[in-house]
Amino acid sequence: MTVKIRVMPTLLFRDVGLVKGVGFDSWRRTGSALQAIKVYNMREVDELVFLDIRATPDGRAPDFTQVDELADECFMPMTVGGGVRNPDHIGGLLAVGADKVAINTAALKRPKLIEEGALRYGTQCIVVSIDVLRHLDGRLEVMSECGRLPTGRDPVEWAREVEALGAGEILLTSINRDGTFNGYDIPLTRAVVDAVKIPVIASGGCGNYQHMADVLKEGKADAVAAASIFHFTEQTPREAKVFLKAQGLHVRL
Amino acid sequence: MPGVVIVNSGVCNLDSIQRAVEECGGKPEVTDDPRIVEQADRIILPGVGSFAAAMQAMNEKGIAAGLRNLLAKRQVPFLGICLGMQLMATRSYEFGLTDGLDFIPGEIVPLKSTQAGERIPHMGWNETHPKPGAQLWRNLPDGADFYFVHSYHYDCAESDVLAVCPSYGGFAAAVQRDNLMGVQFHPEKSQKAGFELLRNFLAI
Repeated sequence: MTVKIRVMPTLLFRDVGLVKGVGFDSWRRTGSALQAIKVYNMREVDELVFLDIRATPDGRAPDFTQVDELADECFMPMTVGGGVRNPDHIGGLLAVGADKVAINTAALKRPKLIEEGALRYGTQCIVVSIDVLRHLDGRLEVMSECGRLPTGRDPVEWAREVEALGAGEILLTSINRDGTFNGYDIPLTRAVVDAVKIPVIASGGCGNYQHMADVLKEGKADAVAAASIFHFTEQTPREAKVFLKAQGLHVRL
Repeated sequence: MPGVVIVNSGVCNLDSIQRAVEECGGKPEVTDDPRIVEQADRIILPGVGSFAAAMQAMNEKGIAAGLRNLLAKRQVPFLGICLGMQLMATRSYEFGLTDGLDFIPGEIVPLKSTQAGERIPHMGWNETHPKPGAQLWRNLPDGADFYFVHSYHYDCAESDVLAVCPSYGGFAAAVQRDNLMGVQFHPEKSQKAGFELLRNFLAI
């Protein structure tokens, strides 16, 4: 028996509340973070991702006080990201209750941050978040600064590099699919999963439970993250797992 | 309300375990003062991060000595969580060789993938199968799911294994020798099952 696949709601924080966009743009308000965490607690969700999407573009450090307040109400594992630029930011987030810390732009600027974080706090708490844009000609490129800045990096190469530096997990998001309800980018997911031995969370594009099943079976992802379907539809993480179980996937119910 | 001393071994998420103990009806006191550790009636040793860094911090602060003094005098219930459990071993092979507290003889060795889909780190929810009569699993079903995040595991005598996780060829999800207990997973992040296990620990 292997570890169970995880269904993870993603909470995107901007300014004062939660938001959700399309293609990393057109943000809509979706409510309060604390309220969402309380609901997901009650529903026994597998794990949460909480990303402060304005921190890096605004040049801010993570808001430790806010994460502290949220983590006090969160009795499930929580990955926290946004604005993490140095090992002290990682330590600060772990100290206030994050279980794992997601790094994106700062790791692209200075990959050694991954190694420093892993050595000091352990590989298991370093999640590298990779945002990928599929160009019109099909070429894949890693983007930084919340999807705005091209890096010239290939996602598969970058995934291998972050694994070698000590990342414990990859949160892989397709910018093109984000918020579209059109399904995950399965070839992208499969390419990254096959390139590394660490767990990969597929993100971006989930519109229904079948999309989750597809990226888990064909993309071989270890977990699925989703936001829009939980914010804007009646679909729930628990129902998703009931569906996935019926499809022969190994879930926790 | 059972009092519990939560040992601050350096870097770790003490908030979550403190909140979870409170939710379970315990009265936690977080400390890195070896004198308070020595007076404790019940101990939780949490931990994330690297084995060597945590042992170094515990040795420098005198906490390792405080724990040894306490447990030599009184058999108080002791629960190591995740890295805290691993620190109970004789030694660890994570980033070189480091001596541990040596509470239950054993070594901390890397997990090995034995089948497709077993990625490392072992991250997520997985089953646990306790020994019959395990006090920590009281009111919990065989196969109860807990949240794991680790790349190394406790290799020890079968008689000291309290519960097995069936992945990676089967490894110790929990160890116990008399009053000394350790769990590889995070009960404070394992929702209902985790709280039940913590309540069971507080009742021992």
